[in-house]
Parts: sequence; C-alpha cells; structure tokens
Amino acid sequence: MMTNPTGRLTQGQFSFLPDLTDDEIRLQVEYGLKKGYAWSVEYTDDPHPRNTYWEMFGMPMFDLKDAAGVMMEMTQCRKTFPGHYIRLMAFDSTRGVESIAMSFIVNRPKSEPGFGLVRQEIDGRRMRYTVHSYATDAPEAERYAG
Amino acid sequence: MTTPLYSIPGAPQTAPPAPAAPAAGGAVDCARTVNEVLASSQVEAVIEELDRDLIGLAPVKQRIRDIAALLVIDKLRANLGLARDGKAVAPSLHMCFTGNPGTGKTTVALRIAEILHRLGYVRKGHVVSVTRDDLVGQYIGHTAPKTKEVLKKAMGGVLFIDEAYYLYRPENERDYGQEAIEILLQVMENSRDDLVVILAGYKDRMDTFFKSNPGMSSRIAHHIDFPDYTGDELLQIAERMLAAQHYRFGEGARGAFAQYIERRTRQPHFANARSVRNALDRARLRAASRLFADRDRVLTEADLTTIMPADILASRVFQAPVS
Repeated sequence: MMTNPTGRLTQGQFSFLPDLTDDEIRLQVEYGLKKGYAWSVEYTDDPHPRNTYWEMFGMPMFDLKDAAGVMMEMTQCRKTFPGHYIRLMAFDSTRGVESIAMSFIVNRPKSEPGFGLVRQEIDGRRMRYTVHSYATDAPEAERYAG
Repeated sequence: MTTPLYSIPGAPQTAPPAPAAPAAGGAVDCARTVNEVLASSQVEAVIEELDRDLIGLAPVKQRIRDIAALLVIDKLRANLGLARDGKAVAPSLHMCFTGNPGTGKTTVALRIAEILHRLGYVRKGHVVSVTRDDLVGQYIGHTAPKTKEVLKKAMGGVLFIDEAYYLYRPENERDYGQEAIEILLQVMENSRDDLVVILAGYKDRMDTFFKSNPGMSSRIAHHIDFPDYTGDELLQIAERMLAAQHYRFGEGARGAFAQYIERRTRQPHFANARSVRNALDRARLRAASRLFADRDRVLTEADLTTIMPADILASRVFQAPVS
C-alpha cells in the first residue's frame, strides 16, 4: 500500500507532478536564489515520512548568485547515489523565519516499493498502527537494487 | 520512474516540454547587424566608459574590444544558425592579467565582468574576488570543499584570483595549493559556460607559476600584460582621483606633483596608481593640518578643496637626494 494513489513517494513540493526536468529544476533554484534562500542537497534511502533529516550532501550553499553551482552539486549527488532519494532544500535565513522554505525531490529510485501498514496488538486487544517502508527491509546497500 | 496512476488536469500525456531558457533579450535573438546587437546589449557604453575612465592601458583596451567584437559576431552567427546546435560554442574566456602593482588589474576585472554580462556571456556578471586563503584549506580534506564553495559562489559571474602564483608553493611538496589548482582546472574546463576565471599577479612570478603548471597556462586563452603608466598618465590619474574627492590642484601644485611622480618612480616599491593615491592621501593630510593651524581664518570652499604645492613638496621624496 502506498500512502497516496500515485504509486510513488510524495514528499515536498511538486511530488504529485511528473519528475521535473533539469531545466525546470534550474528555474526553481533560480527562483529561490532570487528570494535569497540558501540551497542544499540531501539524500536518503529511507523515505519514511517521519524521517525528517536526510543525509547532507556537502554544506548548504550560501551566497550563491546563479543556479549552476546548485546544479553541479545535484549532478554530483545523482552520480554518487543514483538509486537514492535526493532532494533540494532552500533555507530562508531571514530573521523570524529561519526555516526551510522550499523542498522537492529531484531523484528517485527506479522502483519505489512504498509503505506497509503494521498492526500491533497491545493489551486489551487494542490496536496500534504504524507505517513501515518496504525498502528498509533490505540492508542498506541492497535497497532499491532494481 | 513510476508513472502516476492518475492524469494531471491540463497536462499533456507525454513529459511536459522544457520551458525555453531565459533569453538575454528579445531583440538580440533576431539581430542581424552589429549595431543591433550593440544597441540591445549596450556594451558600447561600457567600452566607452572604460576608455574614458581608465587612462593609458592601450593594449588592454584593445584586447577587451577584440573580445567584445568576437562575442558580438558570435551572437550574429548564432542567430543565423551557424553555430553548433544553434547555440554559440562558448569561446574560452579565462584570462590572466599580469603587470606591476597598481596598474589597474582589479579595476579592469570588474569592468570585464560587466561587459561579459551585457553580452550575455555570463549570466549574472558579479565578481568574486579571492586570494590563496579563500581557496586553500589548512588540513587534509579541507581544500576541496573550500575551493568548490568559492567556485559555486562565482558561477554565473567572474572569479578573480588575485596573486594567483601563491596557489602553488614549489618549496613545499605537501602544500594543498596543488589540490586547489586541480579542482580549479577541472571546473574551468567543464563549466566554461558558467564561469570565467581571471588570474592576476606580477609578471615574473606568474611566469614561474605557469611554467610549473602548464595545464593552467594552456587553459587560459587570454594573457594580457598591463604596462606601467607613464608620468603623464599618472598625472592624469591623480587629477581624476582628486576630482572624484572634490579636490583640485592649486596654482603650481600640478607641476609639483609631476616632479613628485618623476622622483617617486625612481624609488623602490613604486606601485603606479596606488602610489599616486597614497601620495594624494598624504597631501590631503598635510593640507588639512595647514588649514587646521590657522584657527581664526574663515575658510572658503576654495580653501577647503585646493591642494597647494607646499602640501606636495613637503613629501619625504623631495628630501632624498636625486640619484
């Protein structure tokens, strides 16, 4: 079961749309830079909805003027982790905001097995439910091998 | 990629067409004459400004005009579809500025960035000015991220590396400078569309630097040498600097300053326009204390803006015997 009808992971912006092309990503990055955001690249092989902090690919990129730098970093991350989820995040450092302003997935594994609902019976036959990613059943290096 | 199980309203069944790359300006795309390109990019104005504001530097200006001409013609060729893929094959525009201190290398770098931006060669046209400290790290594994960060910041503009020869320290074979050079070379080659690198430094030391880094030398298309200024040019520069600060030479001060320049050029550590600026700053100090000494005098605007010959002749340069 997937948590939505698209059959693919939906986290962040544009995730119900077909994958963005590189040109579209570049335009989004440009938009963020124009707003003064600092972009960063993150990746993970465990896309659980509560897995908030993915692994950072390099430092957040402050003071950039052009999207080329972000695109370069993203390309490098795709080359390093072709079968992982990769997302771009824009951090707004404005006082009082100091938070992520944009975030979208730019790379997905070929097959996304999705999530299962795990039922746990606890005392008094009450049920406890949780979501479990099928991908994480495999050891780290073997996830999304397909 | 798994295709979505639903259709997106308004979206075509196939992948959406890529949005057109942002054009530098609508008129440039169909221009057929040099004048049309020049009119729409206003590069002429920058070049004229360069001619007007910078004194001397004839070979530098000529080279900049050549580069600008090439870029304009390239744009015309691209409009006629003569370039590969209908997109201009970006000429390599990495440059090396060599010349003595104070010959205007940094100033010209700023101008070049603007010209390239107007011609649409670089997208943003900002200048990131760095030295060895900004590129080379202090411990193993520190250099690569540091250099890359600087390169990313400079993308879409111009990376100006001042005193570039410091990057390579032959006396220490474990120096991290070499690593920075390698990353620099790689990006200079692969992201030619994204950034222009300008190295600057003194002639002799840059020559040694290139000798030990032949890869760097061959990847730089334009080696521009900045000649020293003549005495006359320095005098003009001095007048420009004073005018910019609302000062002027009083009677005889111009002659005194010409003498000053003549003597100063013969002394060691002469740094062209920079020495002139320092000399003028000191002259302003002396002018200020001269006015300060006379407490009861009503100072007119002329008093406050004039550098007198005495302010210049008090310099230490005039006390040393002319050798």
